[in-house]
Amino acid sequence: MSFIEVTKQLLSGFGTTCLLFILTILFALPLGLIICFGSTTRFKPLRYVTRAFVWIIRGTPLMLQLFVVFYVPGMLFDSPIFATLENGRFIAALIAFVINYACYFSEIFRGGIESISKGQYEAAAVLGMSKGQTFFHVVLPQVIKRIIPPMSNEIITLVKDTSLARVISVIDIIFAAETILSLKALMWPLFYAGAFYLVFNGVLTLLFGYVERKLNYYKV
Amino acid sequence: MAILEVKGIKKNFGQTEVLKGIGFSVEKGEVVAIIGSSGSGKTTLLRCLNFLEFADEGTISVNGEVLYDGASERQAKKKLKNSDKQLRRKRLHFGLVFQSFNLFPHKSVMDNLLLAPTLQFKKEVRQAKRAERAAKAKLKKAKTEEEKQAIELELKEKTSLDYSCLAEIKEKAAATLERVGLLDKKNSYPCELSGGQQQRVAIARALIMNPDILCFDEPTSALDPELTGEVLKVIRELKNTDTTMIVVTHEMEFAEDVADKVIFMANGVIEEEGNPEEVFKRPKSEKTKSFLASRKNV
Repeated sequence: MSFIEVTKQLLSGFGTTCLLFILTILFALPLGLIICFGSTTRFKPLRYVTRAFVWIIRGTPLMLQLFVVFYVPGMLFDSPIFATLENGRFIAALIAFVINYACYFSEIFRGGIESISKGQYEAAAVLGMSKGQTFFHVVLPQVIKRIIPPMSNEIITLVKDTSLARVISVIDIIFAAETILSLKALMWPLFYAGAFYLVFNGVLTLLFGYVERKLNYYKV
Repeated sequence: MAILEVKGIKKNFGQTEVLKGIGFSVEKGEVVAIIGSSGSGKTTLLRCLNFLEFADEGTISVNGEVLYDGASERQAKKKLKNSDKQLRRKRLHFGLVFQSFNLFPHKSVMDNLLLAPTLQFKKEVRQAKRAERAAKAKLKKAKTEEEKQAIELELKEKTSLDYSCLAEIKEKAAATLERVGLLDKKNSYPCELSGGQQQRVAIARALIMNPDILCFDEPTSALDPELTGEVLKVIRELKNTDTTMIVVTHEMEFAEDVADKVIFMANGVIEEEGNPEEVFKRPKSEKTKSFLASRKNV
């Protein structure tokens, strides 16, 4: 198998990896903010339920959660929805990733929101701003600046975690490399796959560095 | 008629009685200085006036309208807290300048001033922007020179009308910054300013909302002595333009010099009040005497 053939096969797997990554970010960020509101609400029952949920999701392996999302609906309703659907496996993986990462993001958001001083809320209040206006115009912009470093950490971890999706047979780049290994007895495509991750994360690191510098126009 | 009438304000934090029945009134254009040692309830009183805290008992009336009635609030079970819109309207009668400035660090000086008024007039502003965009799109499509001119004319008329609100706000912000002597810093960020300058921006930010009564919570306590002067100067100038102000302060000379009325608070009650002459030169209460004496020794 030539280098170009291997590259082609890996690239098709890498496409799935990228899609999983991008869609997870897209859904998990807003969901994380919503979960964050739930875990900080003054309404106690909701707060306890949300915090328990976050505890379970953060306290169990993502691989296990992939299995749960993929198999449990089928067991409950006696029809394996994700296995029969065309992109079922990918969707199941996406759901598991979104839930898992939203919980991690929610804690990062919570830390960021709680780090904003009470004075900012009070200043907005005496200027007649509503709660929503205060959050979106005063609090959130400052939160974003503060959470960039922990967020970039988590997002880089997500790039690598997408490789877990292959436990429910989502054909990502590692899955593609493994297939070559078992069919052609070639080891090097696996290491080559690692280079894809490395480059991708290198680009992300540069991107986050850029955003961080962009937001450095003010200090607190 | 007094612009502000406060009666029987009581406030507890748990078991601690912080305010034990405060009553006073302020006339339009009057400057009231509230003095007293730490823990006497000065700041809590200001916070009750701005509805950052809610008094357990007592009434607050502005221009004869009862804004807050502690007894009925308790009956209505925090009704005021819940009706966000009403609360915001009531808050706008008062402005508050904080000890720690509390400027929005991510916004430039100008945007710090503009944020609240633009949000308030959000609807008008959005309409103005939409009208401008629509007219500009039409301008691009226009073929003949005549058509173009007609649209340009329309644009001018329409946006001058729609934009008047936004332009007004901007003009007012610039004028207010001029008043506190910081128009040249309008594009700076708070972190680039000295403490005194930050506090002046905070004063401008409060002024732009046109409060009936402007409150200051120890505006110079976080400042170096050499920066205190510039902030006090601004407050002095505001007095000349008939701004009604309540100033909680530790600057005794300033209080004596600027205030029309001085209130001395101790342990949650008004121990003594009167014009500065009376309070500073001929204090009647023993507590006032010992407080003023201890201040002089500093």
